[in-house]
Amino acid sequence: MGFCMWVLLFLPLFLWSSVGEKGIGRGSVPTERIAGSAGDVLEDNPVGKLKVYVYELPSKYNKKVLQKDPRCLTHMFAAEIFMHQFLLSSPVRTLNPSEADWFYTPVYTTCDLAPNGLPLPFKSPRMMRSAIQLISTKWPYWNRTEGADHFFLVPHDFGACFHYQEEKAIKRGILPLLQRATLVQTFGQRNHVCLNEGSITIPPFAPPEKMQSHLIPPDTPRSIFVYFRGLFYDVNNDPEGGYYARGARASIWENFKNNPLFDISTDHPTTYYEDMQRSIFCLCPLGWAPWSPRLVEAVIFGCIPVIIADDIVLPFADAIPWEEIGVFVAEKDVPYLDTILTSIPVEVVLRKQRLLANPSMKQAMLFPQPAQPRDAFHQILNGLARKLPHGKKIFLKPRQKILNWTAGPVGDMKPW
Amino acid sequence: MKQLTALQQQGRRSNSFRNASAPLDVNVDGSIKSPATIFWLVIHGLCCLVSLVLGFRFSRLVFFLLFSTSSTPSTTTIYTALQTTLPSSSPATPPPERNISSVGGGTRVVVGRHGILIRPWPHPDPAEVMKAHEIIERVQSEQRSQYGIKSPRAVIAITPTYVRTFQTLHLTGVMHSLMNVPYDLIWIVVEAGGVTNETASLISKSGLKIMHIGFDGKMPILWEARHKFESKMRLHALRVVREKRLDGIVMFADDSNMHALELFDEIQKVKWVAAASIGILAHSGGSEGELPMIRRNDSVGDGKNSQMPIQGPACNSSDHLVGWHTFNTLPFVERSARYIGDRAIVLPQKLEWAGFVLNSRLLWEDTDKPAWVKDLEEVGRDGEDVESPLSLLSDASVVEPLGSCGRKVMLWWLRVEARADSKFPARWIIDPPLDITVPAKRTPWPDAPPELPSSGEKVITIQENTEKRATKSGPRRKRSSRSKRKHTPKVLEEHVSSNHSRDN
Repeated sequence: MGFCMWVLLFLPLFLWSSVGEKGIGRGSVPTERIAGSAGDVLEDNPVGKLKVYVYELPSKYNKKVLQKDPRCLTHMFAAEIFMHQFLLSSPVRTLNPSEADWFYTPVYTTCDLAPNGLPLPFKSPRMMRSAIQLISTKWPYWNRTEGADHFFLVPHDFGACFHYQEEKAIKRGILPLLQRATLVQTFGQRNHVCLNEGSITIPPFAPPEKMQSHLIPPDTPRSIFVYFRGLFYDVNNDPEGGYYARGARASIWENFKNNPLFDISTDHPTTYYEDMQRSIFCLCPLGWAPWSPRLVEAVIFGCIPVIIADDIVLPFADAIPWEEIGVFVAEKDVPYLDTILTSIPVEVVLRKQRLLANPSMKQAMLFPQPAQPRDAFHQILNGLARKLPHGKKIFLKPRQKILNWTAGPVGDMKPW
Repeated sequence: MKQLTALQQQGRRSNSFRNASAPLDVNVDGSIKSPATIFWLVIHGLCCLVSLVLGFRFSRLVFFLLFSTSSTPSTTTIYTALQTTLPSSSPATPPPERNISSVGGGTRVVVGRHGILIRPWPHPDPAEVMKAHEIIERVQSEQRSQYGIKSPRAVIAITPTYVRTFQTLHLTGVMHSLMNVPYDLIWIVVEAGGVTNETASLISKSGLKIMHIGFDGKMPILWEARHKFESKMRLHALRVVREKRLDGIVMFADDSNMHALELFDEIQKVKWVAAASIGILAHSGGSEGELPMIRRNDSVGDGKNSQMPIQGPACNSSDHLVGWHTFNTLPFVERSARYIGDRAIVLPQKLEWAGFVLNSRLLWEDTDKPAWVKDLEEVGRDGEDVESPLSLLSDASVVEPLGSCGRKVMLWWLRVEARADSKFPARWIIDPPLDITVPAKRTPWPDAPPELPSSGEKVITIQENTEKRATKSGPRRKRSSRSKRKHTPKVLEEHVSSNHSRDN
């Protein structure tokens, strides 16, 4: 009886001391452990927790597409290609589909590029449909669950809505055939048609070697207060402003172009990465879509991201506590950005920098070749593992059909 | 027109007139041509024409004004084609200290054209700028403590000085350099001839920890004697360090030298004694011409003298100290200056004190000191000359080379001085004010008559004063500005004579 009492007394002590522990990372730079809403899961190893079966699709869905345009390997949607390569040689891959927890379909829907390098989404729905038709006829696993234990990578602007323009994307909605599948996408916005419940948000692809090659010594003093490089007005498509970025970027420019604390312009300097390492805050406002590679760059270079995108869902939101790492500013508060940023207490700023300095944080944002432990590939697998075990309900009774194979615009029905 | 080009473009984001024709949309899809749709089409066409003329989208403004868009919820859709400001929230009061978190669940973000929010006074608030700078300061000091020197030691800077024309120039430079040193600093200013208010008022502006010590004796005029005197002053300062047991790194910041801030970071590495390279800028102010260009010196056999204007440690390939670079003074010996203000090249000594850095514990008595250091009391007694801190050591090879073995120059030596008898206003405040009023060449009132009968006397007095000035400016001529000075009295005289002639 007395022993139980002692245990009860000491238990809270242990729990309290383990939360928010300040670890001393390598090189004796003080960092802090990162624990999101799912717990301290950034360092989890997914191997052994799940098994993934990779469908063998004909090369017209993946290799041939890539051969036609190798630019797909370096643009910000390259995650779909690298994920395929990673899974092919990963220990979580299983060649026996009957023991697989998750099924992966390697179809590169974002690799049809315009001459200027931007992907054209017009054929992507048909390509996806054709791939799904193939796997549902060749293998029985799709029909078993109508895709509920399948996952797809759709890194394009609005995910599986397959359009770059938001209104058209909303009108289309997520491809009906993908309604039950888990979507791994870069787009994330709450209460939006193109974000399904249970989707996993990932960071856009940023080339790790390129960023590593621009590192400067960490004792270079951070002398820029706020940094941003990019468009404020998209003159080609929205000349008056107000449409692009919901007017937020234009508002930033109009309010802070004369403010010496804000180093913002539309330049394309060669020292972009170096300048980020000399800044304390880096603005990551929305553009045509709420996500941007700036977030990844800010995290890698230790610059606190200032996220200006209402209702955005950031990558690995359940594993990474973004509120503690970045600063969120509502779009309507943009004119008061300087007040908001200067009123942040210094200790909070220092803590955010310590969290950003944590190497697991930086690793989780990258897609290195070859894959390294705790990188974004592993975080995706961790996310998939956290969704296991599948409930019994996902398995359909025989002859039960949920998906409507003819739903969607008429143009999608044409074969690819 | 726009729609056509949009269709033609294979590129992206073609912005159709969707939002403009919001009322139209509903009907167009149904493709029922009712009178209402035709009416709207006509209005739309008219608005297009007007827009072409005006240059901005007229149609939507009309629609907005006529039909309030009640269908769109929450977020503002106030049109700001002319980018006028919005009464979105009262501009004076920024949002209260709210939790900077994302917008709460349930608010829907609307697709469409939004207003560009501009606050009425889009300029920085000075209080906020100060706060931002405080944040930057703190972040940088945190960076320094993480990545820079761990446990930095205090710096003890010793500066011998005395009151003279060039003192303000030199001492301000050193003062500002020391004010920017990010470590604890004690500045020992040794003044020849005792403590004066002149120097004290100058250095008190720095806000540094200062020990202002007087040293009896007048600064000699001959350079030879001057070097010796300065060495004595420095020894005196070292004695103070010893008495007070000041802890830190002793460096010699001569007031005529120029220091780079990297020097102070570099000297933190010293263990006992270290030496850094000094750039020697032996300068001649007269028309002696430039110093001869550095000739390639092949006499490496000696290895100790080079033509580079550098004084400092010399290392072998494994970065060990093997000797010293000194400035080769042989070519200039005949032309070297002998006294202050001499129109000749001022030469440095073989090894300047400024290039050496000591750990202050070497000077203390009764502490653990390495065997090779002599006690301070024994050195410099009986008036023997102490040329450089090497005299404090019995073994010169223990000196640690700094700045990647002397390759990095962070310190420059340059002695520019005015003549010993040159005068300057005390504390550089001109009191009483100058008593010459020279009439402006062009008065602002061109119609005003020129100064009448009384001007005759004025002119005479002006002439007298200019004569006085001409004599005064003689000794005050500095070497570099001599040519300039000659001209000014001439100009005055010319002007006066022209005035004369005009009056007459």
